[in-house]
Amino acid sequence: MRIAGKGLIDRTEPVTFTFDGTRYHGFKGDTLASALMANGVRLVGRSFKYHRPRGILTAGPEEPNAMVEVLDNSSQTPNTRATVQEIYEGMAAQSQNRWPSLRYDVMAVNDLAAPILGAGFYYKTFMWPRAFWEGLYEPLIRRAAGLGKLKPQHETASYEKAFAFCDLLVIGSGPAGLMAALTAARNGADVILAEQDSVMGGRLVAQDNALGAGWLTTTLAELKNLPNVRLMPRTTVVGAYDQGTYAALERVGLHLPNTLHLPRECFWRIVAGQAIMATGALERPIAFSNNDRPGIMLASAAQTYLNRFGVTPGQKVTLFATNDHARTVARQLIAAGVKVVAILDSRPDASAVEDCPVYLSAAVTDTQGRRTLSQISGHHAGGDFQIETDCLLMSGGWNPLVNLACHHNAKPSWREDIAAFVPHPGMVPGLHAAGAANGRFSTHAALSEGRDTALAALTAMGKPAQTQALPEAEDAPYRLQALWQVPGKGRAWIDFANDVTVKDVKQSAQEGYTSVEHMKRYTTQGMAPDQGKNSNVGALAVLADATGRGIAETGTTTFRAPFTPVSIGALGAGGQGAGFAPQRYMTSDQASRDRAAPMIEAGLWYRPSYFPKPGETTWRQSCDREVLMVRSAVGVADVSTLGKIDIQGKDAARFLDFVYTNTFSTLPVGRVRYGLMLREDGFVMDDGTTARLGENHYLMTTTTAAAGQVMRHLDFIHQAYCPDFQVRFISVTESWAQFAVAGPLSKMLLNSLLDERLADFPFMSCGEVTVEGVKARLFRISFSGEEGYEIAVPTAYGEALFRDLLAKAETLDGGPYGMEALNVMRIEKGFITHAEIHGRVTAFDIGMAKMVAARKDCIGKASATRPGLNGPEREQLVGLRCDAAIGAGAHLFTPGDKVERVNDQGYVTSVCYSPTLGTNLALAFLKDGRARHGQRIRLVDHMRKTDVICEVTDPVFLDPEGAKLRA
Amino acid sequence: MRLTCPLCGERDRREFYYSGSDDYLNRPAADAPVEAWDDMLHLRVNPAGVTKDLWYHETGCGSWLVVTRNTVTHAVLATELVAARKGVAK
Amino acid sequence: MPNLIAKSALAGHAPVTLAGTTLDEAHVGPITSIAVFPGALDEVNARLGSFPAPNEVKGNLIWTGPEQAFLMGQAPDLAGLAATTDQTGGWAALRLTGPKAADTLMRLYPLDLRAAHFPPGTCARSPLGHMQSILIREADSFLILVFRSMARTAWHEIEAALQALNARAAAGL
Repeated sequence: MRIAGKGLIDRTEPVTFTFDGTRYHGFKGDTLASALMANGVRLVGRSFKYHRPRGILTAGPEEPNAMVEVLDNSSQTPNTRATVQEIYEGMAAQSQNRWPSLRYDVMAVNDLAAPILGAGFYYKTFMWPRAFWEGLYEPLIRRAAGLGKLKPQHETASYEKAFAFCDLLVIGSGPAGLMAALTAARNGADVILAEQDSVMGGRLVAQDNALGAGWLTTTLAELKNLPNVRLMPRTTVVGAYDQGTYAALERVGLHLPNTLHLPRECFWRIVAGQAIMATGALERPIAFSNNDRPGIMLASAAQTYLNRFGVTPGQKVTLFATNDHARTVARQLIAAGVKVVAILDSRPDASAVEDCPVYLSAAVTDTQGRRTLSQISGHHAGGDFQIETDCLLMSGGWNPLVNLACHHNAKPSWREDIAAFVPHPGMVPGLHAAGAANGRFSTHAALSEGRDTALAALTAMGKPAQTQALPEAEDAPYRLQALWQVPGKGRAWIDFANDVTVKDVKQSAQEGYTSVEHMKRYTTQGMAPDQGKNSNVGALAVLADATGRGIAETGTTTFRAPFTPVSIGALGAGGQGAGFAPQRYMTSDQASRDRAAPMIEAGLWYRPSYFPKPGETTWRQSCDREVLMVRSAVGVADVSTLGKIDIQGKDAARFLDFVYTNTFSTLPVGRVRYGLMLREDGFVMDDGTTARLGENHYLMTTTTAAAGQVMRHLDFIHQAYCPDFQVRFISVTESWAQFAVAGPLSKMLLNSLLDERLADFPFMSCGEVTVEGVKARLFRISFSGEEGYEIAVPTAYGEALFRDLLAKAETLDGGPYGMEALNVMRIEKGFITHAEIHGRVTAFDIGMAKMVAARKDCIGKASATRPGLNGPEREQLVGLRCDAAIGAGAHLFTPGDKVERVNDQGYVTSVCYSPTLGTNLALAFLKDGRARHGQRIRLVDHMRKTDVICEVTDPVFLDPEGAKLRA
Repeated sequence: MRLTCPLCGERDRREFYYSGSDDYLNRPAADAPVEAWDDMLHLRVNPAGVTKDLWYHETGCGSWLVVTRNTVTHAVLATELVAARKGVAK
Repeated sequence: MPNLIAKSALAGHAPVTLAGTTLDEAHVGPITSIAVFPGALDEVNARLGSFPAPNEVKGNLIWTGPEQAFLMGQAPDLAGLAATTDQTGGWAALRLTGPKAADTLMRLYPLDLRAAHFPPGTCARSPLGHMQSILIREADSFLILVFRSMARTAWHEIEAALQALNARAAAGL
C-alpha cells in the first residue's frame, strides 16, 4: 500500500507491467519489489529446495527470495532480483522455480518430506546402488535443481565491455562514499564513484532523517558538475584484482525495454590508483521458527520501502529488534501513519519511547500464516505473547560488507563489540574501508571516515589533500545485543536462498563437519545466488555455538569475486559472431568467393578450400581436378598467409645461423634455402624458406600457423642472447600479397604478365621483377613438386594481380587451386606441415638430422643430440600406401600383434587420395620407420572403424629426384 | 594485473605473454654437459615468495622483460628489459 | 605506371557517423619502418632531425618499439645505421573523429585515452581487442593502424562500440 506524500518515486509517471501475467501499475522509480508491494502482492517466489512460499526479504541486491524471470522479445533473464529490477512500461516478469503456478506448486510436497531432505541428504541417499547414479539419480536431481530458466535461443541483445581509469575509485555512494568522493574531487583528483543502485546516496536515500535532504542533493549536483568526477550509477564493483584493477558490472539498459544496440550490461575494468570501499553494511536476519514466511522482512528494507518508494510492507506491523537502529524504523512507520502493533526488543535494558507497545527481553519463537504471515508468538519479560500481524520486521544487527577487501584471500577480523567481521588495512593493497563497511555505523562516523580515508588516499598518491568540512549528522550509538537464533521446535531458516536451517548447521557439526568450509559444502549454506550475504555470519555463529568455539576462531569461508552474479553475456561482450576472433582476409578473398570457393579457417585466416566447377558435386571432384590441373598445366594459389620476416644488418647471417639448424651465411645473394628451426629443447619449432635479398638482407618465411610464435622466438633470441648483434627484423607478412604459380606451364603464365621475360631463373633463386608495371619479388620455390614460383607484390595490388593470374591461367587450361589440392600435392611430395611438426618430433624423426650443422652452435642443437631423441626407438616419418581410404589419427600395429596400447607402433598425421598415383597416401610416424620401408603395417582407426593393411614407403611418393622441380 | 614495460609504461596484463622462469636467460655453453642443459630447460624452483620470470610485451613493443614478483602477495617488485640486463653487451 | 589497380584495405566502407563521431578509412601514404642498429641512434637522430621517445610522435615519425619508429613517408638513406623496411601495404589505417572517439576506443584498448593522459603527439602499441595495433592521437582525432588483413574486424569492432555509445546517448544514459 502506498503512503501519501512519501517516497522519491515520480507519481506523475505511472508505469504498467505484468507479473505472472497479471497487469499492475507502479511509478517511475519503482523496483519490481516496491511496485508489487504497493499492489499488495506478497508471495513472489518459491524456495529452492522445499518450495516454501516466499516474499520480499530485503530491498537490495542481496535478496535471496524475490528472484524472477524478466521476459522480452529475445530473451528471458532468470534469477533477476525484484529488489533491483526497475520497472519500465510494458515489462513482463514471472515467478520461477514453481509448477504449475506460484500459488499451487506441486514441488511444495518437498516441504512435507523435509525431515529426510536435510543437510547431506544427497550424499547419504544417492550412494547406492552405484549404477543408479548416471541413469536415474543425476537426471532426476538435475531436473529438480536450479532456479530460473533461460530461453534456449541465442542471446541477440547487446552487451558491452569497457576500460576506465581514475586516481580514486569510490565504491558506494552512501555518506562515507559521498564524502570521500567530494573530498578527493575538491582536491582535484580524478574520481569514479560507483553505486550499485540506480540512485546515488546509499542509506541516505532510505533513512530520510540522517542528514537534511539538501546535503545529498547539493553534493550530488556538485559532483555531477565537476569534470574530474565520473558518477556511475547501476554499477556494482564485483571484484578486486591485482595492481589496482577492479571489475564492475553496469546495468545499462536492463531498466528499459530492449532497444537495438543499447547494451543490457557493461562489464568494466577500472584501474584505480587508490580505492575506497564504502560499500556499507547489510542488516542480518534472526533465526527463529518459520522465519521465512512472506511478510517477514528486514527492518532496514521496510525503511527503504517507506522512505524511498512510499510503500508500507504491512498494515499491522511488528518489529523484532536487537539494536537501537531498528527502532528508528518503527518510529518512522508510526510517523507515516502505519500501525505498529508491537516492538519486541531482545534486550532487557532497551528504551521504550515509541508510541506503541514495547516489550523487552522479547523473542519471537514461531509464526503462522499459509501463504503470508498472519500471527507471531513468543515470549517477553511479561510472559508469552501471540500477536496478529501481517508484517514482522527483524533486525539482528549489521554485517559490514567486507567482500571486496577479502578478494585477495585475506580474512576479516572479528569485532566483539559490534558482533561482526570488519576489514583491516592492507587486505587489498590500495583499498581502504570507510563507514559502515568498516563497522562505523553512525552517519557522522561514515562522513568523517569517508573524508579522512580520502585524504589518506590522496596523500598516498602524492596529491593535494586539503581537509573538507562535514555537514551536521546524527551520531547515535548502535547499542546491539547479539542474537543469532531463538531456541524453538520448528525449522529456523539461516540461508533463505538455499533452504538451510539452524538444524542443518547443527547436524553438520554433529556429523563431524565442524570446519566452516566443510559445513558450507555439507549444508550448501552460502552457495546460492546470494552467496550467503544474508546468512554467512549467522551460520558461523550457530556453528561456533554447536562446536563450542568462538566466532572469531570458527572463521569465515572464502569471499570470492564476483560480489553479485555477472552474466556470461557481459563477460563475453563483443565476442559473438564477427567479434569472436579477428578475421584475417587475403587480398584474393573476394575473387575466391566470386568463384564460389568455400572458405576454411587457417588460424585466423580464411582460405579457399577448393574452386568448384559446374557439374562437380563433391569437394573431392574439385580437388582431384585441381591437382591434375597443376600437374599437367598451371595452377595459382594465394599463399600470403605464410609469415614473412624481413631481416637486415651486417650480423643478419650470423643471427640466422644461430636460429636455424642449417647455415645461411653461405647462401649466395639471390638464392633461397629451406631452413629448419628447433626449440631449445631440441624439438622442431618451424620450417620454411629464407631468401637472401642482399648481402645484409634476408627474407624469412614461416608457416602460417607459427608466424607469431617465430617472431616471439626471434625477439627472445635477439634480446636475450645477442642484443649487440647488428641485426633488426620486422614482420612483412601483411606488406606483400604472394601467389604460388605452379605447374609445367608456370613459366609461360608468368611470362605473359611480367614486364620482362624470365631469363635463367633456376630452382631456389629469387629476384626483383616488375609485373604489369609494379615492382615485385619472385621466388622459384615449390610446395607442389612441380616447377613453381611465388610472386609477391605490395598488398594493395594483390587482388588485381590474382584476378589477372587466374584469367591468364585459364587460357592455358589452368586456374586457381585451393587448400585441399595444395595439401594433396604436398603429401604426394612428402612435404611436412604442422600436422607432422606438431611439437613432439625432432629433426631426426623427420629425417633431417643432417640439417643440424656440425660446425656451429644453434638453438636446440645441444638438446637435439641428447639420449632418447635419436634412435630406432623413435617414431620416424614414413609414407603409407593403401587401397582403402584411411584417416589421420589412426594408429599403427605390427601385423599379428594384439591391438592394444603397449603394441602401438605409431600414428598417421596426414592422409589424402592421390589422383596422380590413383591410391590413398598417408604420412605417418612409425617406430624405426626408416628401416621398415617395404614392410606391411596394420592401420587401426576405432573412430572411423577402419582396420586395414598398408605398405610402408619413403615419405616422398612422387618424383623423389626432384626432376620436375628443377625443370 | 598490471605490469610496467620499461618502455611503454604501465599496461594491462593482456598485452603480455608469459613465458616462465628467467632460467632461460642462462644458456649453457654449446659444449656444456647434458646436465647443464637439463637444468636450464627443465629444473625449476617453485617459490612461495619472490620469483623472477620472463614476459613478452607481445601486443605492445615486442620487448622481453624480466619481472620480479611475489607469488604470495602478487606484488610486482621490478621489471627490466631483457636486452638491457647487466652483463649483456649492448 | 602500374597497370594493376591498387585497392585500399577498406575499399567499399563508407564513413560511419554515430553519436557525432565519425569512423573513416584514412589514407596515410607510404610507411617505412626504421629500426636503428645498436649504437647508431645518435647518428640517426642527427639525420632525421630527431627520433621519437617511447609513446611519442615526432613530426612524421611514430615510435613503434625499441629504437624503432614508423616514418610516414618514403625511406631515407640510412644504410649501415638502421634497417628500413617498407610497411605501406601492411597496415590499414582508420580514423576516428568526434566527441566520443576516446570513449569508443576505451571500449577496445586497455588504455587511458582521456585527453589529459593521451594528448596529441602520443602514440601507443597496444591491442585493439585481440589485434595488434598502433594508436596515434592526432589534434582532433585518433589514427588507428591495424594489420591490413584484419581491417574489417577492426572496423566492425569500432562500429559496434560506436553503436552502443550512440544507443546510450539516445536513451539519455
